[in-house]
Amino acid sequence: MSIDVVLCVPSCEGPVRKAFDVTGVTPAIAATARMNEITALEPTDGFSGAVINAAAIPFTEAMSLCRQLRQRERGVGPIILLLDHYQLDDLTFREDLFDDFVVGPYDVSELATRLRHRLRRAGNESVAPRVEHAELSMNLETYQASIAGRVMDLTYMEYELLRFLATNPNRVFTRATLLSRVWGYEYYGGARTVDVHVRRLRAKLGEEYAHLIQTVRSVGYKFGTSTEYGL
Amino acid sequence: MSFMQSQAQYVLRTVEERGVRFVQLWFTDVLGRHKAFHVTPAELEDALDQGMTFDGSAIDGFSRTTESDLLARPDLTTFQLLPWYEPGAGVARVFCDIVNIDGTPFEGCPRQQLRSVLDNARAQGFTFFVAPEIEYFYFNDLNPGERPVPIDRGSYFDLLSDDTASQLRRQTVLTLEEMGIGVEHAQHEDAPGQHEIDLRYTDALTMADTVMSLRHVVKELARQSGVAASFMPKPLAHVQGSGMHTHLSLWRDEKNAFIGEHTYGLSDLAAKFIAGLVRHAPEITAVTNQWVNSYKRLVPGAEAPVGAEWARYDSAALVRVPSVKPGRIDSTRVEYRSPDSAANPYLAFAVILAAGLRGVTGNYELPREGQRTAALPQSLAEAVDLMECSTLMQETLGSHLVEWFLRNKRAEWDAYRVQVTPFELERYLPLL
Repeated sequence: MSIDVVLCVPSCEGPVRKAFDVTGVTPAIAATARMNEITALEPTDGFSGAVINAAAIPFTEAMSLCRQLRQRERGVGPIILLLDHYQLDDLTFREDLFDDFVVGPYDVSELATRLRHRLRRAGNESVAPRVEHAELSMNLETYQASIAGRVMDLTYMEYELLRFLATNPNRVFTRATLLSRVWGYEYYGGARTVDVHVRRLRAKLGEEYAHLIQTVRSVGYKFGTSTEYGL
Repeated sequence: MSFMQSQAQYVLRTVEERGVRFVQLWFTDVLGRHKAFHVTPAELEDALDQGMTFDGSAIDGFSRTTESDLLARPDLTTFQLLPWYEPGAGVARVFCDIVNIDGTPFEGCPRQQLRSVLDNARAQGFTFFVAPEIEYFYFNDLNPGERPVPIDRGSYFDLLSDDTASQLRRQTVLTLEEMGIGVEHAQHEDAPGQHEIDLRYTDALTMADTVMSLRHVVKELARQSGVAASFMPKPLAHVQGSGMHTHLSLWRDEKNAFIGEHTYGLSDLAAKFIAGLVRHAPEITAVTNQWVNSYKRLVPGAEAPVGAEWARYDSAALVRVPSVKPGRIDSTRVEYRSPDSAANPYLAFAVILAAGLRGVTGNYELPREGQRTAALPQSLAEAVDLMECSTLMQETLGSHLVEWFLRNKRAEWDAYRVQVTPFELERYLPLL
C-alpha cells in the first residue's frame, strides 16, 4: 500500500505535525494557497486528503482554495479545515466545501482521530452530487448548471424547476404537479407560472437545447430527448 | 431549511461560484424611474438578511413628513446575472420591495401597490396575465432641447445605418432571452427609428419587473453602440408615438376566464371587465399616461385612442378584442391601448386590473361596440383632475401615493404651461 500524502496549508507544526506523525501520513506542505504551488507538490497517485488551516491564511483564500480543490478533475480526498472558534459562523452555506473541521486549540488525539477516520472513509468518498443528462450538467452542491459546457445564469425558481425535471427525465408532469413539487407555495401565476418558467428555461438553454424540455400536449411537460412517455 | 433560506443560500452561492463582484439592488420610484444601489458581495449577506436602509426623502414619491428612513428588501426570486457586461465583470441584479423600518409594506412603493391589487384579485380567485407591446425610438443622440434624429433615417438608402438599428434590436432580443425574458416578436415600427418588442405573457408582477429590465437593456445596449434609445411617448411631431399596448387576461381555476359564449368568444366576465375598463379609463389615464408629453400621442389620426370605446378591429379603439387563432382559444384576451412606454408599469398594471375588476364586481353592462362613452383626457391637467375625483384610484393606490402623484403632476403641468413654445412664436409672432 502506498504512503498517504496529505496536503497541508500553510504549515505543519506543533499539534498538527504530531497528529500527522501519530496517524502515519506524510504532509506535503504548501506555504500559500496558490494552485500551481500545490500542483507541484502532488505525488503521482495524488493527495489522500488536505488539511487547510483557515485561521492561518485569510478565510476567503481558504474557502476559495477548497472550492478549487473540489472543482479539479482529480480529487484530493477529504478536506479538513482548521479554524478559530469565531470563524464557525462563516461556515454557514459552505458546508459542502469541506468534509470535517477542528477548532483550535488543537488536540493531537482529536485531530489524529479525525484524520484517520476521514482517510479510512475516503475510499467511499463520492464526488459532488450531479445531475447529468445529455449536454446538461447540474452540480447540486454549487447550484451551477451548464449546457454543452456553457454556464447558465438561472434564477432560483428556474434552477429548481430544471433540477426537478432533470432528476426525473422522461417522465411527464402536469403543471399542477410541477407547481406543488417545485414551487410548493402560493404564486401569482398559478399553473401558468410553470409555462412562463419553461419558456424562460428554454430561452436560456438556447435554440439548440430548448427541446430538452418537451411540451406534452394537454398534459404538461417532460424532460429528455426520448419520445416515449414514462409513468 | 425554509424557502427564504434556500433562496438566500442559492443567491449567496451563485455570487461566490460565478465570481459576482457587484449586486445591483433595483427598485422603482413612483414615476416609474429605475433606481439602484450597488453592493459588494461582502455587504450582500446583510442586505439579504435585513435589507438596505436608505433615506427615502431623496426618491420621488418616497418622502414623508415624519420618518424618512426606508428599507429596500431584495426579492430573491428575481436574482439574475446581467449578461451585457464584459465576461468576468460579475454584475447581478435583484429587485427590491420598499418597506418601512418596522417591516410593513411602504405605501409609496409601486411594486407593493401592484402586489396588493394582485392579492385582492387572488382573493376573488383570479390571476392576472399581461403581455405588453413596447415601442421606442433609436436616435443618434439625446440632447435636451434639440430635435432628435432617428438612426435609420437621414440617408434613406444607407444600408449601414439601417443595419445598426436592426442589429441592435436583434442583439437586444437575444440579451432579453438570455435573461429569461420571453420575446414574442420584434419588428420595425411605422415611424423612422421606431421599433417594437412584444413580450410573452406572464403574471403582472413579473411583467412589471420585466418592463423595467427591458427599458434598461434597450437603453444600455444602444449606449454601448454609440446611439441612444428613448421611450418618450411622442418624441417627434407628425409621426406616431410610442405606446405600450397591453394584452390582458384573467384566469380562474387554471382556466382562461375570458373564454365564453358572449360576443367574439368572450365570457360574461370578460364583457364586464371590458365595461370596467371603458368606464374607468378617463380617471386612470393620469397613471397610464403620466407625462405632459403623453397627451401629444393621444391625438386623432395617430392610431392612438382618444375616447373610451371598445371594438374588434378599429386600431384607434381604446379596448380591442383581438381575433384568436383556431386551436389557440387559450390566448383569448383583450388589448388595452392607451398606456405609453413611459408609464410606471407597476402602477399602470395595478390601475388597469382594478378598473376591469370593478366592472366585474359592479356587474357593469358592456356598451355597444364602437360606442364612445367618454373622451379620454386631452392633457395632463385634465387627467389629474379626473384622478383626483376618482374613488377607484384612492382605493387602488392609497391616499399617500395619490396625494403625492397629484402634487407632483400639477407642478409638472404648471412648469409646462408657463412656457412659450416654438409653435406659438412661429404662428403668432408675425401675425399678432
